[in-house]
Amino acid sequence: MSGGTTLENANPVIFQRSGERLLADTDADEDVHDPIDDREIFDLIRSINDPEHPLSLEELNVLEQVRVKVNDAESSVDVQFTPTIPHCSMATLIGLSIKVKLLRSLPERFKIDVSITPGTHASEEAVNKQLADKERVAAALENSSLLEVVNQCLTNKST
Amino acid sequence: MAADSALLLSLVEEYVSGLQDSKAKDTATAVKNGEFTVLQLVEALGLSLTSSQPHTRARGVQLLSEVLHECYGGLTEKEVEVLLVFYENRLKDHHVITPPVLQGLRALTKCTVLPPGSAVSMLRSLFQDVHVQSLMLTERAYVYNMLINLMAIREAELKGLGPDFVFGFVQSMDGERDPRNLLLAFQIAKGIVLRGYDLGKFTEELFEVTSCYFPIDFSPPPNDPHGITREELILTLRDVLTGTPRFAEFLLPLIIEKLDSDVQSAKLDSLQTLTACVSQYEHKDLAEFLEGLWASLRREVFQTSSEKIESAGLATVTAITSCLSRSVLNSDSEDSLNTFLELVLKDCKHHLCEPDLKLVWPSAKLLQAACSASFRASCVITAAIMPSLIEQYTNRAQCSQRRTLLEVVQKFIQSVKTCQTSESEDSVFVAFRPSLCSMVFSALTETNSSLQVTACSVLTSLAQQPGLLLDSDIELAVDHLTRLLLTEQDHTVSVAVVECAGALAELHPAAFISNFIPRLKTEMFSEPIDQDNNKAESEQLSHHAVRQRCLSALAAVSIKPSVVQESTPVLLQVLSAAHTGGFSVEELVLACRSLQRIAEQVPDSEETGRCFHDVIIPRLLSLALQAALQGEDGNRSPLLEEAVLTSMVPIISTSCSRLQPTLALQTASRAVSLFLDGDVSFLPDNSFPSNIQLLKQQHSWTQSQMVCLLMGCVCSLPRSVEVPRVDELLSALEEMSCSVLHPLSYTSAAKCLSGLLNKKPHGDSLDSRIHSTMKRVCSELDSSSSSVHTQAFTLMIWVAKALLLRYHPLFTTLTDKLFSLLDDAALGPLAADGFSLLMSDSPDILNRGCHADVRIMYRQRFFSENSAKLVQGFNAAPQEKKPNFLKALSNIVNKLPKQVQLTELPALLSLLLEALSCPDLGVQLSTLSCLQPVLVDPPPSLIQQLEALIGRLLALTGSPDMEVRISSLRCIHAVSQFPEHEILPVRARVLRALARPLDDRKRLVRREAVHARNDWFLVGS
Repeated sequence: MSGGTTLENANPVIFQRSGERLLADTDADEDVHDPIDDREIFDLIRSINDPEHPLSLEELNVLEQVRVKVNDAESSVDVQFTPTIPHCSMATLIGLSIKVKLLRSLPERFKIDVSITPGTHASEEAVNKQLADKERVAAALENSSLLEVVNQCLTNKST
Repeated sequence: MAADSALLLSLVEEYVSGLQDSKAKDTATAVKNGEFTVLQLVEALGLSLTSSQPHTRARGVQLLSEVLHECYGGLTEKEVEVLLVFYENRLKDHHVITPPVLQGLRALTKCTVLPPGSAVSMLRSLFQDVHVQSLMLTERAYVYNMLINLMAIREAELKGLGPDFVFGFVQSMDGERDPRNLLLAFQIAKGIVLRGYDLGKFTEELFEVTSCYFPIDFSPPPNDPHGITREELILTLRDVLTGTPRFAEFLLPLIIEKLDSDVQSAKLDSLQTLTACVSQYEHKDLAEFLEGLWASLRREVFQTSSEKIESAGLATVTAITSCLSRSVLNSDSEDSLNTFLELVLKDCKHHLCEPDLKLVWPSAKLLQAACSASFRASCVITAAIMPSLIEQYTNRAQCSQRRTLLEVVQKFIQSVKTCQTSESEDSVFVAFRPSLCSMVFSALTETNSSLQVTACSVLTSLAQQPGLLLDSDIELAVDHLTRLLLTEQDHTVSVAVVECAGALAELHPAAFISNFIPRLKTEMFSEPIDQDNNKAESEQLSHHAVRQRCLSALAAVSIKPSVVQESTPVLLQVLSAAHTGGFSVEELVLACRSLQRIAEQVPDSEETGRCFHDVIIPRLLSLALQAALQGEDGNRSPLLEEAVLTSMVPIISTSCSRLQPTLALQTASRAVSLFLDGDVSFLPDNSFPSNIQLLKQQHSWTQSQMVCLLMGCVCSLPRSVEVPRVDELLSALEEMSCSVLHPLSYTSAAKCLSGLLNKKPHGDSLDSRIHSTMKRVCSELDSSSSSVHTQAFTLMIWVAKALLLRYHPLFTTLTDKLFSLLDDAALGPLAADGFSLLMSDSPDILNRGCHADVRIMYRQRFFSENSAKLVQGFNAAPQEKKPNFLKALSNIVNKLPKQVQLTELPALLSLLLEALSCPDLGVQLSTLSCLQPVLVDPPPSLIQQLEALIGRLLALTGSPDMEVRISSLRCIHAVSQFPEHEILPVRARVLRALARPLDDRKRLVRREAVHARNDWFLVGS
């Protein structure tokens, strides 16, 4: 990252962050059931750090709320992410980070799909296949150095 | 004498041959006490010092050195001279003798009577005969200490040695590895560099021998006994390296090289060292390295991953620029400031043309860092940057791009502000004033709210540039602000507009008096048209919002007295219009808040004091009285509402506490005569009946509740001002608080009474007053038939608080009563809550703002005197009363300062853990809120109870109350920051347990669960 090495994409386009979710009146009402919605899922993952830049995936537009779909009743989540450049070598790592964050933050009943936005990456299929393969994800997380990189992406910058 | 010399001989014998080290101490004591002289000692040592065995000689010298170490103060110059000759000779002796010799020399260097020339000869022999780095650690320290001592007392002589001294030192420290000695060596080097020793041709050598340790990479061993920290080493070494411009040619390349390092701390150290050194340098020292330095700095800021490094890099850019701007130029040398700024502009300027991309911000920051360094730099940079920024703003249509550009412009304006020193200089933006103004005004007319917000802050920054904006610009700005305030619905925009108006009004009051305030007034008093149909409802809502914004804007602009004179009549008019029902309760409360805010922010002058004490307060009292006399029937005035009345109180108390004490006293005496005698003569619009008795109203709550205004008048005076007729007042208030049924009335009467008691001077009159009040309270509380239990209890709590704050001795009787009430079936829960009132600051009375007598650390005192009683009471209480005690305890602990909590926690921990499993929700919540701050920095006792703590917290995550669930999850989150080895064993259990709240029905609970669970996942990685 530092020293003489150069970044793959040193000057990416930056997008605005969406603000904190506004509190609704019903949020404090004990009797109202709040379903898990798209925005809630998006809030879980939008602050994940990019492995290269000190920026969040939301600021790089890798994640957008329109590409996050959740069905609380059927317990399924579908997230599509868009690498900043078609040859981004970090795509798998980013996908893995998103997947891990969701696995840790959602109830077990959910089926979590993470994939690349169609047509935005050179080796889209290969990456999607890796991310969909439960065993490979599990195996990747056994690898301590890979886990460390993922955890770095998931560490809260503000703390 | 003979006996003495025998004794001395035996001491020497035992030390030298008997190897008894303790004898050195005895000998030294004896010499100090005058039993022997040093000369006698030397004579006695004779044989040992001339022995053919090196070890015996060494032992002899060591004894002498140890004694000298203790007794160097008593030596005469002659003695020192002889001893020095002896020691210098011994340096040539066998190597085992060197250590004690060095020890002796070090002792001699502390002598103030060191003969002239001896320092030089000592050092010459030292450098000639001793190879320092082959000595042991302590002996090397002797050498460094010798040098330090000599540098302190014989600086001139050492300087006479010329470069030889530096060379000798360089040779001595070359290869030093121990951090303790390094610290000493760096101190010597720092002395050499800073105090102007002649480095001669050894500049590079001295630099090499110290800079090879840069950047310091040292971590002290655990339980470090020597207390040497990395920071200490870094700072001392930095002082050496940055001490002289003569190191520049060596240091700068070194720093450029070290900046390439991958180690963050090395980068940071390099940047900070660079910042420190350029403050000493001139442009010619820097000239040839500018390009290399800039390349490294640019890289650090462009590609940084850490804010620390980024800000260190920016600070360095500022330092370099200010160094270059400071230097005096010769006619033949080129202007290196321009060279450097050209480099910066070349690499950064074009990034400003891509407001979407990441590098726009780092580039802007770099330019601003250079800009803030000096006036000259800011001229160069703004001249190069502003035209292109302004041009882009006009060419780009997207709001997000325009906003970025505006923000960049604002940062430039702010960065220039910091470096403008002299008033006479024109702002560097004068040339761009028209285009900047039109840019800001066009942004203010955009529909995008974030653009408007940014434009407001740019406007504020522009206005703060002295002499930049013309009057016509200000008028236009006020026009725009008024328009936005009256039409813009977005909350963030109106907040920004109000803030901007406040800042502008402070600098340019005239435009606000003539334009802003009249327009706001017209708008507020205009009736929304068409009140009947459906459309009118939304219109009324928006009209309400406009009024709200106007009210807060009026407060914001009222800082200058001239503006206050114009704005407060408008606010008073709003309140007067309340009788006829033109304004809602919420709007009236806001009007009161605005008046309060004005009272808080105006300067304390005769003019503003008169405005508040002679106009506003009488007017408020008169309005309230009118409303009260109208009565509760029929068309009742909104001024009777508790919300409005209680928001009038802080206006009065703020003005009485901080504006013009003499006028405040006048207000207080007027109020007292109004409330005691019904004297209405000072009230405006006087058409009141003459038989008003505000404090003796049993039945009309509309009149009795006015006592809260009395509280505002008399309870916040400075303590130097004596309240008139205080005893009469106290009796009336006591009577009132024990008899009235209306809650606001009796509570206010009790508060007013406590405020007066708190400030009443010590003495019998105070004591008898307290006794009588307590008698009254106790008799009411003890009589089962009394109908005023709550009233009496309220009075008691407030009196208790007044006494607690001033450490009054009679307080204890009140506490005892309070503790006994915890057992009371009816008043128990109330008593438990009372502890919270005792321990917390009340906003309207008995605080330092009201000049109350508040002793420091009264909470700690209360806690330490009473915690034992609580614990006892808890243990003795029957099961159903226990929650009262737990609640009282957590109320107290909650309010204690954190340091005290930490020290007291071990004793109370078991009780608090018990409180967590207490079924009462209130107890759970207040215990959790008291635990949470403690968990951030946990004491060891808490870590020992980790299992119990985690178990109880996890159980609470399933509580039926969402507040409890949220607080317990926050606590669990805080535990994840405990030392890793302690919490690793429970990690799996916590993660399993936290899976359930992830599926909570409430989103807010899920959010906390997600935070907590994710951080627990990171434990151990």
